This record gives sequence, C-alpha cells and structure tokens, in this order.
Amino acid sequence: MELLKIDNLKTYFKTSKGIVRAVDGVSFSIERGQAVGLVGESGCGKTTTALSIVNLLPENGKITEGSILLDGKDLTKLSKDRVRKQRWKNVSIVFQSAMNALNPVMKVGDQVIEAIMYHNHLTYEEARKKTKELFDLVEIDKNRIDNYPHEFSGGMKQRVMIAMALACDPKLIIGDEPTTALDVIVQAQILNLLNKIKEELNTGLLIITHDLSILGEVCDEIVIMYAGKIVEKGRTEQIYEEHLHPYTYKLFKSFPDIQGERILEEALMGRAPNLSDHLPGCRFNPRCSFASDKCRIEEPKLKEASPGHYCACHYGGVWNG
Amino acid sequence: MKNSEHEIVYKGYKEFFNIFIHNKMAVAGAVILGVFITVALMGSLVYPFDLQEFGTAGDVMNPPDRSHLLGTDDMGRDVLGNLIAGTRVSLLVGLLSTLISMILGTVLGIYAGYYDNIISTIIMQVTNFFLVIPWLPLMLVLTAILGTSIWNIIFVIGMTSWPGTARIVRAQTLSIRERPFIERITAIGADTGHIMVKHILPNVFPLVFANTILVSAEAILSETTLSFLGLGDVSRSSWGMMLHYAFESGAASLGAYWYFLPPGICVVLLVLSFTFLGYALDEILNPKLKRR
Amino acid sequence: MNKQYVLKKIIYSLITIFAVLVFNYFLFRIMPGNPLQILMRNPNASAEAIEKTREMFGLDKPSYIQFFIYIKSLFQGDLGTSFLYKGQPVAQVIGNRILPTLLMIGAAEILAIIVGIFIGVISAWKRGTKIDIVSLSFSLISYAMPTFWIGIVFVTIFSVNLRIFPTSGMMTPGLSYADVIEKSSDVIKHMALPVLTMSLLLIGQYALVMRSTLVDVLTEDYITTAYAKGFKDDYVIKKHAVPNAMLPMITIIAINLGLVIAGAIQIETIFSWPGIGRLMYDAIKSRDYPLLQGIFLLITISVIVANLLADLTYGYLDPRVKSRS
Repeated sequence: MELLKIDNLKTYFKTSKGIVRAVDGVSFSIERGQAVGLVGESGCGKTTTALSIVNLLPENGKITEGSILLDGKDLTKLSKDRVRKQRWKNVSIVFQSAMNALNPVMKVGDQVIEAIMYHNHLTYEEARKKTKELFDLVEIDKNRIDNYPHEFSGGMKQRVMIAMALACDPKLIIGDEPTTALDVIVQAQILNLLNKIKEELNTGLLIITHDLSILGEVCDEIVIMYAGKIVEKGRTEQIYEEHLHPYTYKLFKSFPDIQGERILEEALMGRAPNLSDHLPGCRFNPRCSFASDKCRIEEPKLKEASPGHYCACHYGGVWNG
Repeated sequence: MKNSEHEIVYKGYKEFFNIFIHNKMAVAGAVILGVFITVALMGSLVYPFDLQEFGTAGDVMNPPDRSHLLGTDDMGRDVLGNLIAGTRVSLLVGLLSTLISMILGTVLGIYAGYYDNIISTIIMQVTNFFLVIPWLPLMLVLTAILGTSIWNIIFVIGMTSWPGTARIVRAQTLSIRERPFIERITAIGADTGHIMVKHILPNVFPLVFANTILVSAEAILSETTLSFLGLGDVSRSSWGMMLHYAFESGAASLGAYWYFLPPGICVVLLVLSFTFLGYALDEILNPKLKRR
Repeated sequence: MNKQYVLKKIIYSLITIFAVLVFNYFLFRIMPGNPLQILMRNPNASAEAIEKTREMFGLDKPSYIQFFIYIKSLFQGDLGTSFLYKGQPVAQVIGNRILPTLLMIGAAEILAIIVGIFIGVISAWKRGTKIDIVSLSFSLISYAMPTFWIGIVFVTIFSVNLRIFPTSGMMTPGLSYADVIEKSSDVIKHMALPVLTMSLLLIGQYALVMRSTLVDVLTEDYITTAYAKGFKDDYVIKKHAVPNAMLPMITIIAINLGLVIAGAIQIETIFSWPGIGRLMYDAIKSRDYPLLQGIFLLITISVIVANLLADLTYGYLDPRVKSRS
C-alpha cells in the first residue's frame, strides 16, 4: 500500500474577492522510502497541498473535495482533535528555511524535546537523550541543544528543523522549500541529509520547491503543478528526458544547463492566472505558444502518455517539433 | 515613468474615497467630527452665549429645565450655551496646535531622515530628548511661565507634540530613501529639493495625515487637561474650563451631573471621532502602501 | 548582556540627565523680566525665601557662575526654598510626598499590567469575536476620556452615591489607629478610587498593545510550526506566543510613564492624594517656582532612570540581546 495517496484533492479559500480555487483536483501518491518533488511557481498550490495534508490551513481555507489517505486512513475524515493528536507523529513538516520557523526565545533543544515528550510520553531526561541522538543524526554538535536559534547559521537552523521533524519517527516528512535561501554548499549538505533519511529511515518525503536543481538530487518522482492543477507527473528520469507539457519545457529551459549550448531561451511571458476567476479550457493557454482553439475551450485531462508518465495537455509530447 | 507614478496617486484618490465611504469607522468619525465642526462654526450664531453674563443667586447650579436644557453652572450661566461656545475653543486649540506640530515635525523629520549630517543628528538628539521628558509637567511648566492666553496654549501644545511626529516621519523618510527609485532619480541628476517635494513628500504624506489625526485627539485632551488644572484661558469658554469650575465648585459632591457630565462626554466624543478617523485611515492607507 | 552594553546605556542616560539639568536651568530663566522682580511680586514669598533664592540663583553674579552654583547646589541636595511652604527647603517638601505617589502608581501599574495583559491575550486569541470587540471598544473609549474626568465620575458614583469609598485624602483625618493593619486598611480604602482611575487608563493601553503584539506574533512561522507539532491552542499561545509578545510590553510600560505621570497629577488633584502630582498642582497655582523647578527635575530624572531600567531588563530577558558579544 502506498504511504500517502492523495485523490482529487480540492482546497478552496473564501476571500473578499471570491472563492480562490488554490488546489483544484490534485492526485498523486508517495511510497515508503520514496521522495516526491512538488514543483511549480509561487501561488500554484503546492504549499496549500502540503498544508492540506497536515490540516494547517488558515481559517478561510477548506478541503472541499477529495481524500488524503495516509496508510489507508483518510485524514480528511478525521475529527479535528484526532487530526491534531496525530500531527508530527505521522506527518511532520519542515518549513522554508525562513529565519523564523524556530521560536527565538526558546532553546532549540527544548523545542525538539517538547514534541518528543508530548507524543512519545517520555520524561525530560529521556527526551533530552533522544534529542542529542537526533542532533548527531543531522550532524550538529549535540552540546548545542541549549543554544538559542539566533546562535545558529541558516544551514544549521535547517538541520535543527529536520532533527525536530524526525523527533517522533514520522512516516512522512514534508519539506516546504527546504533549501531556498541557503547557499549552494549548504544546500548540498541538506540534500545529502534528506537522502540519508530517505534511505536509512525509510521515511517518505514530499519536497516542495520551485528550484529544479535539487529535484534530481533527491526526488524519485516529480509532480508539476500549475494554477492549482497537475500538468505533468512521472519518474524523475522520465521528466528530465522528455518534457511532455509546454510548461514543463519552459520551466526546465529557464534553468540553463552548464554543459549545454549557450543560447538564450525565450522567457515565459505573462503571469499565472487569478485563481478566483473562471478559467475555461487549459489554464496554461494564455501563456502557451502552442495554444489552439481547443485549448481555450476544453480542459485537458491528465493522461498517461507512457508507463508512469502523465501529462495534461491536448498535444502532450507532440507539440514540440 | 514619472507620469505613471503620478497617475497612480490620482487614481488612488478616487479609489480612496470609495473605500472610505464603506469603512464604518471612518464614516462614524467623519459624521461626529462634522457635527462638532458645524457647532463650532455656527453655534454662537444660533445659540448665543456670554461668559460674563452671570445669573442671580437663585440661578446657581440648577438642574435642567425648560429654559436651561442642561441646567446652570456655578455662576448661574446656561450650561448648554457654554458647551456650544466651548466647542470652538476645543477645536481651535486642537487643530491649530496640531498644525504647528505637524509642520514642524514633518519638516524636521524629513530633513533628519533624508540627510546624514550634523544638523540631522542634532535634530534627532533634540527629538529624542523631548520624547523623554514627560509631557504634562513640561506643558504645565511652560504654560505657567508663558501665561495662559489661548495663543500661548496653542504654542505650548504644538511645541510639545512635534517630536512624536518627527520621529515617525524620519523613520518613514529613511525607508523611502532606501528605495531603488530614489537611487535611480538621483543618478539621473534630479536635485534634492525636487526629490523631496515630488517624491518623498507624497510617500510620507499618508502616514503624516493619519498621524495628524491622532495628534489632534491628543491635543484636544491636552487642552482640556491644562484648562482643568487651572491653566486655561479664563476669558474664553472651553470644555476644560467648564470642568475646572465644576470641580472647584464641588459639582461632583453636589450631584450636579448636568454640569460635569456634558463637557466630559463632548471631549470623549470628539476624541473618539478623531481616533476612529485615524484608525480607519491607517487601515485604508497602510495596506495599500505595503502592497505597492 | 555584557558590561559594555550596560555601561553604554548608563552613560547615555547620564548625558540625558545632564541635558535635563541644563534645560531645567534655562527653562526657569526664560520668565519675562528679572527673576527677582517676579519673586518679589509673589505675595507668598517671605523675605527669607527671597534672600535664599537670590543666593541660589546667584543673581548678582555672571551667568556661567550662576549655572555652576546651580549644579553645585543640586549635588548638595539643595533644591532651593519653597515659597508656598514658607521657607522650607524644596527637597524636604518633595521628600515628604514621594511615598504616597509611589504607592498609588505602583499599585495601579501592577493591577493594570496583570489585567491588561490578560485582556490583551484573550482579545488576540479570540480575535474578531464579541470579547475582542468589547475590549477594543473599552480601550478606545478609556483612552478618549480625560483621566481627571474619569476620577470625577468615579467619585460621584462610588463616593457620593454609593458611599463605598471616601472622596479624598490618603487617610481619614483625626483617626488614631490601633495597629498597622488598621492603618493599612484605612489607606487602602482611600487608595481604591485613585488606583482604580489610574488603572483604567493603563489597562486600556496595555490590552491594546498586548493584543496587537500577540496578533503579529501569531502570524510568525514558529507558531505554525508549534501547531504542526500537534499542540493545543492554549499551549501554543501560552508557551510560544505570549513569551515573545511580553518583550515589547516592557518597552511599552516604559513609554507609558509619561501617561502615568500625567495621570498622577490629575488624579492626586481630584482626590487630594498627598503626593507629588498634587504638589505640582499647588505649586503651579501659587507660582512657587523653586518648588516647581524641583518637582520637574525629580519627575524627569525618574522617568529617565525608569527607562534605563526597562532597557536593561529587556536586554536581560531577550536572549538575542543577552548574548551579544
């Protein structure tokens, strides 16, 4: 059985400007010990998907349709209290390496210990011991558990966050932009760490990012989102080898290949659509250089182009010459 | 590029008016303030009152009746008339002293924020110095020394409140100065005066405007307090003076609620109207600034 | 928080205090006309007081010497002689009145901080609900009311009509007490309304600030992380949000001291509370300039010292500042 199976998830937000359909029919799954990358521009719905899984949506957001199965159990059907109690134990989340994900007036060790004590019912001493082990795992000096967040560098703070995420031996860890705002060398270290976790602990990983360069390093599968919908998904090698969707193509092309030809590619013009508007046809069509009339009227469904490689485009695989 | 920036400001005024009308706090504040301003301007014409016209012994401290809707005070004068006449002073002092404070505070604040020289530092140190000194003792001492005419009071209140504005304006100017477009314009060769007036001022203005309103509220409270403590202009009616005499003549222990409640309520309402407007403006103007 | 940081703050405060001394000196010199003439015109001034003041002002000596005499006297604790109190040293007059003011302000601050923070936390937590709106309105309205007016209204309600509390003074005149407890309870009875009036104003302010600080804190990422860890609402607010929101409160308490002093002057006047505030009112009424100058100096220096203490306390409590090397 899959570890995580999301089926036709729809999460909408009620705003003063209307209903924003942030996630509009998203389905994918993650196996144990597998890392799936969720890719797309800002505002495409990737973070909302993550928040839907742990049910940490803001007050005006709601899961209106679909299911989220964790080890077969539908999280959307659980009571609020049950959802809260199983947080962190089953699914933990590492936020963007924003400087503020750690409480500045609390010692870092204590922030990990409180999670352990709450879910695993250990004593303070036992939890402290476990925290030190976790720090070892993420390669931080375990004597620093009594330091405050501001005494750490960005990369080290991210490690602390990862140690914290591992505290209750979760089945799935969601990393929301885990390496953004870190410099390249530190990025590489964090990615190595994520791989280590994936392989040694068999934890499932959902890596949300708009940075394509890290996908190849960690992720086994990639899901590409645009304007609340999935436009392409498949195994990493498949997607790297052949970009079936025009958006995927543009996305990858905007990351110049160091070894490739020195041509300046055409940039992707325009902006993502407003998700509270009615969007007929394919949501990408205003910015797609290959859009036809069919694209403007009929919304393309996600179809399997080759085994395991899906694409939502009327011309998937056939549009590029 | 310059044109489009000015276009945004113009379109902003229309949109602003629209949002304003729909903001409950703004409307409430504006209405109440409007009432008070009308009374201040026309009150004495419609309902004349003479501070020197004392009543007879039997007229003193009478509860409300048909001839005196709010009763009489300790000198036999009509409370309602006094109240209406006092509106003018409260508003006059409040607004004029705020004007002094805002002009001084804005000019000094922009200078200190934009330039980085000795004068700027001096302005900052003086501002910080005056912010430490507790305002009421300072106002009391200054008024005691200079005298209690209404112009002195306006001057004193204005002089003690400009540092607060200066500090806010300076902070805002500093952040605007760092914005890329200022750098661009300077590089093109625009002169400082032009930058200040055409670019810094419009961006500082919304903040200044919202702050003005709150300063006005405080100025009105200051005048009321000064008058109450015996440092008001005895030749004019003001709500503060009414409360001063009410207290001195023991209206509270005599239960003459018609004497000490109405002036206080008027102060509260007027200050609230300014506060509502200030908060509403802040709400309307700030998110816009942030979004830009 | 290391010695250098503390030292820097103390030195800055000392410089400010010196600036205040200079300012105070010149402030009372800008009186139009010869100071001595004005003193002579004051009907309350006795010959002795005038002579002493002339000496203190050193009016027959050149300006800079006058200033040094002034500073020297200050360091000797000599603040001049009061007119109102017929020749008594200003320092003595003031000294007798400090305790009542401290008592009232202290009690009011403690009450206001506890209640204000509590209301602020509840408001922020239940943002937008009835409780929040009520407490917001309360804060707005209490700020719009002149402090003295609140005092008058309270006197009317509680003293005159309900007769629960006395109308004025710190103790019932002419009463002799069996023991400390009796004396204390009499003082407390008299203190109730002044403290209540002062607290009202402060509670409104503290609740408002606590609310807005907490609302800001609740938008931070580490709060989302705390929720993600599965903790309950009240745990997240108590253990993660409030500790972060408390730090700005210390700054606010210091900033509000001006408000407190303004309130004290008004409240002591209304309730005839024998403190510094009332003393200032009397000094103004009778144009007792030496006394006024002394009080002004004391109050301003107290505020500067209090600000310094608040600054240092903040530095001690905030781990980010504490470990700055």
